[in-house]
Amino acid sequence: MRYARSLTRTLPVTPAVVLLLLFLAGPIAYCAYIAFTDLQLTGQAEDSFVGFDNFRTAFGDEAFLNAVWLTLVFTVISALLGQNTLGLALAALMQRASKPVRTLVGGIVITAWVLPEVVAGFLLYAFFRREGTLNAILEWLRLPTQNWLFTLPILAVSFANVWRGTAFSMLVYSAALNEIPQEITEAAEVDGAGGWRRMWHITLPMIRRSIGTNLMLITLQTLSVFGLIWVMTRGGPGGRSQTLPLFMYEEAFQKSMIGYGTAVALLLLVVGALFSVVYLRLLRTEV
Amino acid sequence: MRPTAALPTLLALTLAAAGTLTACGTGSGSDPDTIKVSFKQSTDNSIKVMDTYLADIKKQFEKANPGKKVEFVPIKAPDSEYYTKLQQMLRSPKTAPDLVYEDTFLINSDITSGYLEPLDRYLAKWQDWNQFIDTAKEAAKGEDGKTYGIPDGTDTRGLWFSKDIFKKAGLPTDWQPKTWNDVLDAARTIKQKAPDVIPLNVYTGKPVGEAATMQTFEMLLYGTDGTGTSDGTSDPLYDKSAKKWVAGSQAFKDSLAFVETVYKEKLGPDVSDALDPNVMTRVRGEWLPQGKLAIALDGSWLPQDWLPGSGHEWPEWSDELGLAAMPTQNGRAPGKVSMSGGWTWSIPAKAGNPDLAFEFIKTMQTKANAQKWYVANSGIAVRQDVADDPAYVDAQPGIKFFTDLVASTHYRPAYPAYPKVSTAVQEAMEGVTTGDMSVDEAAKGYDEELKSATDDQVIEK
Repeated sequence: MRYARSLTRTLPVTPAVVLLLLFLAGPIAYCAYIAFTDLQLTGQAEDSFVGFDNFRTAFGDEAFLNAVWLTLVFTVISALLGQNTLGLALAALMQRASKPVRTLVGGIVITAWVLPEVVAGFLLYAFFRREGTLNAILEWLRLPTQNWLFTLPILAVSFANVWRGTAFSMLVYSAALNEIPQEITEAAEVDGAGGWRRMWHITLPMIRRSIGTNLMLITLQTLSVFGLIWVMTRGGPGGRSQTLPLFMYEEAFQKSMIGYGTAVALLLLVVGALFSVVYLRLLRTEV
Repeated sequence: MRPTAALPTLLALTLAAAGTLTACGTGSGSDPDTIKVSFKQSTDNSIKVMDTYLADIKKQFEKANPGKKVEFVPIKAPDSEYYTKLQQMLRSPKTAPDLVYEDTFLINSDITSGYLEPLDRYLAKWQDWNQFIDTAKEAAKGEDGKTYGIPDGTDTRGLWFSKDIFKKAGLPTDWQPKTWNDVLDAARTIKQKAPDVIPLNVYTGKPVGEAATMQTFEMLLYGTDGTGTSDGTSDPLYDKSAKKWVAGSQAFKDSLAFVETVYKEKLGPDVSDALDPNVMTRVRGEWLPQGKLAIALDGSWLPQDWLPGSGHEWPEWSDELGLAAMPTQNGRAPGKVSMSGGWTWSIPAKAGNPDLAFEFIKTMQTKANAQKWYVANSGIAVRQDVADDPAYVDAQPGIKFFTDLVASTHYRPAYPAYPKVSTAVQEAMEGVTTGDMSVDEAAKGYDEELKSATDDQVIEK
């Protein structure tokens, strides 16, 4: 009887579970398996199981370590410092702004977010390239120009990611700031707390959860950014903006080492998981 | 709509979509009367050389074989991405076309992977095969001795230079450098006398892929002292007697040093332009025709873009450009060096209509059609009957120059590991081009990469 009831309860979700297993868990499991083989796209009669070889290769590979480092730099600069801080600042400023200003700024910021990644990539490429907008402005100001995509590629793509992704943080923080009860802010004001103190002692602690969630989401998004960088620099010059997703693409599809590339993808997953664990811990601690 | 009501609808839709997707994915074999033909489309939209030629063949083929249809599956991508896309398509019968255009440098690698079908059973019954010259027949032969592709021409490489710029710089317009230094000196002179042009372009780095390896690096490497003699034992990349890839050679470093010099002394294009994947399109479509580039080390096929009806018409090129053979390092005999490659038409192992696909090859390779193609794409003929035809030799200036280079040409050691070795070469080149690595560091990086690319089949020289 109980068995029958639980069966009727599970029945409706079965198709969803089957689909999930088939299209989500299936490919992931297959990927995990490939990461332990020496599968190649070309030049190989049959692939074989090689255990942890791919992972050992990765940790001995300077290009891989370079990619890990650049991924961290890219994530910290563009997500944690750039998108997060700028998003919060915009949200806080817009709370006090008049309605037309709010609509205008919000509209502009969100346009960048709505643009497809590739289009955003091309726009920023056009902005930073040698004959691009940025250099035109600098020239007009009589400042020295340079080829930004070549001299500071990782900063250029980081800026691009900030440009594109800030809207997301701004939206999250706008919602969070609206949730702060007016009376608490007012009480603090009466107690003589200035703007910065109110921000530090009232606002930030109260939106702590939103900060944690936002950090987690933008970190994971930033870790997997591929199209933007690919369009702007292709990871170059000489690997100076080659983050893990681009490194993985190169190994798997340009050097045809699918097995190794997949192993790198799994390692990227691990990096993402590490970040997530840190944020989840941050979320749990009570102030 | 309640949120829960959306779920069953969504599920039903997903299932339906999954059903249709798998149902229609029965691949090239689904229709026995249609053959799918994949080829590389130029990334320059105005270049339609291959599209035009294939459309013509399709018309002939469909007329001669009533009821049969040809469907093109063009892949529009830079070289390196073309190969990747193609290999992915070849892995499954659902996506494998019936006929593919394969670069000979990759064909052994793809043969090893089991992607291609041997063609011997067709060749035995095909008269025209006897017209193909022997080296061309070898080009698509696997290690098992079977033939896997029909070459549609070959190519050679040399130096193209602007007579106009040379005049301005006070250099002879019948220029023929004897050594690498002659080439560099000419570039230095041009840099001084005509500062607003790019003195010398040599392809470099990963973005241009095999072009960097073959058009530049191997053109240097096979001309270094003491290597690349015609007996084949001193191939600077691959030791045929030891069956091992060569590491740590001075020749390798010398060739890297040449590339380094070009970019360090700013004799080449701006490094960021050189490392742009579309630089090949710019050299042919922009820099040479507009007189912005003095010397280009490039392939014999360039004029295909400049022929009438090809997009960047530039019939005056034969007056405005001079041709010179690439010299050896210090003038070692025969005093010039060239590399040859080419493309073949191959039938995938997972093709649905291999027989019909071979009929299409035959239509492409009637003498008249083959000749049309050689002329259209500035190819070097690999068919004796076409090569002997004066109409072919006279069709285009430059054909004679590049055909004569065949005598001093080299072929790549296109073994299965070659594509990976080639990428390792490109990485080393990119390192010295950007200045991130010294020649020694880049050469050392190559030696290490070589070991993993070839499963340690490496010999120190």
